Amino acid sequence: MKELIKKVVETYGPAGSEAQIRELIRSEIAPYVDEMRVDALGNLIALKRGGGKKLMLAAHMDEIGIIVTHIDKNGFLRFFPVGGLSPLTLIGNRVMFENGTLGVVGAEKLEAQKDLSLNKLFIDIGAASKTEAEVKVGIGDVACMSREFADLGTRLVAKAMDDRIACAILIEALKAVRKPTYDIYAVFTTQEEVGLRGARVAAYDITPDLGIAIDVTRTGDTPESITMDVSLGKGPTVKIRDSSLLCTPSVRKFMEEVAQQNNIIYQLEVLEAGGTDAGAIQLTKGGIPAGVMSIPCRYIHTASEMVDYSDVQNGVKLLVGIMETEFKG
Amino acid sequence: MLLKKLSEAFGPSGCEGEVRNILMEELAPHVKQWRRDALGNLIAVKGSAGGLRVMLAAHMDECGLMISSIDRSGLLRFRKVGGIDDRVLVSKHVIVGSKKISGVIGAKAVHLQKPDERNQVIPLSGLYIDVGAKSKEDAEKLIKIGDYAVFATEFKALSDTVVVGKSFDDRAGCAVLVEVLKDEYALDIYGAFTVQEEIGLRGAGVAAYAIEPDLAIVLEGTTCSDIPPSKEYGYCTTLGQGPAITIMDASVICDRRMIAELVRIAKDHDIPLQFKRSVTGGSDAGKINQTKAGVPVVVISVPCRYIHSPVSMLNLADFHNTIKLVKLFLKSIAEGGFVL
Repeated sequence: MKELIKKVVETYGPAGSEAQIRELIRSEIAPYVDEMRVDALGNLIALKRGGGKKLMLAAHMDEIGIIVTHIDKNGFLRFFPVGGLSPLTLIGNRVMFENGTLGVVGAEKLEAQKDLSLNKLFIDIGAASKTEAEVKVGIGDVACMSREFADLGTRLVAKAMDDRIACAILIEALKAVRKPTYDIYAVFTTQEEVGLRGARVAAYDITPDLGIAIDVTRTGDTPESITMDVSLGKGPTVKIRDSSLLCTPSVRKFMEEVAQQNNIIYQLEVLEAGGTDAGAIQLTKGGIPAGVMSIPCRYIHTASEMVDYSDVQNGVKLLVGIMETEFKG
Repeated sequence: MLLKKLSEAFGPSGCEGEVRNILMEELAPHVKQWRRDALGNLIAVKGSAGGLRVMLAAHMDECGLMISSIDRSGLLRFRKVGGIDDRVLVSKHVIVGSKKISGVIGAKAVHLQKPDERNQVIPLSGLYIDVGAKSKEDAEKLIKIGDYAVFATEFKALSDTVVVGKSFDDRAGCAVLVEVLKDEYALDIYGAFTVQEEIGLRGAGVAAYAIEPDLAIVLEGTTCSDIPPSKEYGYCTTLGQGPAITIMDASVICDRRMIAELVRIAKDHDIPLQFKRSVTGGSDAGKINQTKAGVPVVVISVPCRYIHSPVSMLNLADFHNTIKLVKLFLKSIAEGGFVL
């Protein structure tokens, strides 16, 4: 599975520019699903028939990135963030455009470190002039972080673990499931990082009986970190709340029971800030029971997001368990 | 001139009737089928080709003020409707209520201000509208609580190409849409003149829900920042450099295929074109994009300086080029030159 993870995390795909990652996922899941389509917002919606109720599983394909807003006469690019980016994580980092162009993030001279902000930063793609830069990059072009996947043994590090690790888990679960008890709509959603936009329209179209998002969550297990009872290596989480939703109690209970029946370790998650696709799914039409399984992840929204491989494997098991167990509501 | 009429019309969010009437009168010879929905959106329907359903949207409403109370002295207290900068309010002429009473926004004169007050933006609590009434009773003969007020700004041409007036955001978009609707296309066109954009994109969402478009084009008068003290890399759009295409703002990421087609058309027909270089602010496109199973959208704007103030400025060449670009885009869609 590590090979699959490496492929999905390294692929380009910021919010609104998900074509490359969508094609990769499409080819990975094609043999394991009955139908596939792409909707108006670019969501990849795959159906695996098992009869019964409709289960929507959402993992977002998009990652955070930057959008070019200006190219100066010397070929330097100015940019805005696409999704939640901190300037602290950017200086010296490399970014990658859809056509493969690489750039380095540099900063203006700063009087003090506290003056650092995104509008003091620029991207250098190695061009000596505006004309030279415009051969490779135009205004409105979008880039993601450029960083290789690293296997540290138990722990895995990469850009875009948020939320490609969930894409990988959903792909593996689609391969592994034997007796699905639902018509499973596996949705690889777009534009989560800018406001849960893909999941909202996909859920409207599908009108599922049950919706579960798979995402990453923060942890409280690093030095002087936020207070949070989630750690790497203690299993996937069953979410209770985040800023976008209070998980439907019956869904939370269902997910816990599936974990217990299958002897899968899990953690309960209360996330103070942040939202997930489940928030959009839950409020669709007349309301949809919704929950979230999260993979604990350190250093979210940086170029080096870290997860634990055992959490990932247990995540696949829990998801397969969910697919094979009837939700009685 | 239609743009002048629309610019001078009284139409803050929730009070778009006057603008709607101007639009209906102007479009009557060109549009057979109308509807006015529950929120007040005006939807002009053209064609029954049974082909693609294209929604074009421009918002009728403007930022304004609402009277919240009347003092014993006859001065009117107010609240803002939409995002007006507090700093542009003082000493402006306004028109109040359905009887269109003239008034001015007053505040303590500079002689009476304490030194520290002179360094502050006057808060809304220090401002009032003075319609020359002698008392509360006197004022109440003309004005009720809940009446709206808008800036009293006359439309004016500064040169052959540059005009100023209030509320080009989004009366410029309304005027573009009217011109576009005067032509015929082999498409099902829904021209939606929306309400309540300035207070939360409220009209466009319900209009799109009812229309169920296959794709949508939002027409805006958007902000220019080609002015001091902005550095060039901070310019959002530039006056006179053509229609501005939004790639992304706080509410939406526009459809890349539609953007590419607009760029191609502009190039083939020598129409100047620019991208909006800031990603802040929202537009009706955000709501339309998120409607039902999702709608691909693009935003095309006439660049306007000084929006959300008593006077905005646009370049007529940008305005006419926007009309031309939108018409060519619709023809390209109708001819199947562009497939989603």
